[in-house]
Amino acid sequence: MAAPRTVACVEIGGIPIALSTSDEGFLDLLRQRYDGFLSSSPPEFELEFDLTSTGPASDDDVRVRREGDEWLIKRGDFRARWDSRTGRGSVRQNANPYSLDSVLRILHSLILAQRGGFLLHAASVICDGRAYLFSGVSGAGKTTMTRLAPEDITLLTDEISYLRPNAEGYSAFGTPFAGELAQAGENCAAPVSALFFLEQGPENRVDEMSSAEAVRRLMRNILFFAEDHGLVEKLLATACDFAARVPIRRLTFYPDARVWEEVRNFARNFAANLQEVPERV
Amino acid sequence: MSETCIYIARSSGIAARALAGEMMVMNSVDSTFFTLNPVATAIFQAADGRTPLRDIVRDRVCEQFDVDPEQAQADAEQFVAELSGHGILLVSNQPLASGAPL
Repeated sequence: MAAPRTVACVEIGGIPIALSTSDEGFLDLLRQRYDGFLSSSPPEFELEFDLTSTGPASDDDVRVRREGDEWLIKRGDFRARWDSRTGRGSVRQNANPYSLDSVLRILHSLILAQRGGFLLHAASVICDGRAYLFSGVSGAGKTTMTRLAPEDITLLTDEISYLRPNAEGYSAFGTPFAGELAQAGENCAAPVSALFFLEQGPENRVDEMSSAEAVRRLMRNILFFAEDHGLVEKLLATACDFAARVPIRRLTFYPDARVWEEVRNFARNFAANLQEVPERV
Repeated sequence: MSETCIYIARSSGIAARALAGEMMVMNSVDSTFFTLNPVATAIFQAADGRTPLRDIVRDRVCEQFDVDPEQAQADAEQFVAELSGHGILLVSNQPLASGAPL
């Protein structure tokens, strides 16, 4: 007789996913890792986990391809199937938490792409009720920006930002996916005020970017794995929409706390300029 | 410069969007992403599978941009070879089925 399964519902970005396993140790790991994101909401999706022998996470490239309604996701340390029509799927992986993170990130990237959102390689925080995103290549300063942030900011993530469209633009949600900071984000959300692409330099300054450059850099930092023409088209349309609705700037910064004054000044000036735009008659 | 007539068509496995005079192109198979400058964008937009590359260069590139015709042809062939290597363009010595719509 199969061992009974226990379910933990993990809600990231307002999307509750039921994760079930018959392994008590794995369930404990899951509950600890996603503490703060556990939910009692009715799940929209379900994943059943079956464990293989313990091993490290894999550096292999992930493959995500579609067969009919079913997505097949494969990497050295896990294999998963997920039916986008029924919302149910199964995962065979070892008990490594990084493998678990990877499976969830890929699943969310698929769900978000269909809903006009995306995961971005970026730190994000809430400051004065608005979300700010800081993206860039590894070493550009994503984690540094969160470390330098004033005490009154709320950390959403220092590694993977979670973005969904809303009526006025986009919202950023907290995620449990941590980078160098090794700290999960808060489980909350705020409308996005700006996205900054980071570069370190001798002084703090904010520069405009062309829309083409903004989309180019955005696309290079979006987490997306699927070999699927329809979803790729949708994602490119989403990136163009995001660039049209959210201010995207280059932020050159000297790594000390004064950079946050630059961010706050930008936000204040941008909001003031918006208010000064006369209404059309 | 090549004497052979070259026909080019946009692959059906790509997503493309024009933005501020540049074309953003993403390959659905491997998610590689390219941005094309205005000259490359003109060639890409004209890649219908039926118009020879030399006609595209003459009518779309030399007409719209201040370029030397021989240099433009050589640059176009290099650009086409590069994008075909990434699965963005299909290349043939014979006319091709229509390129993917934009």
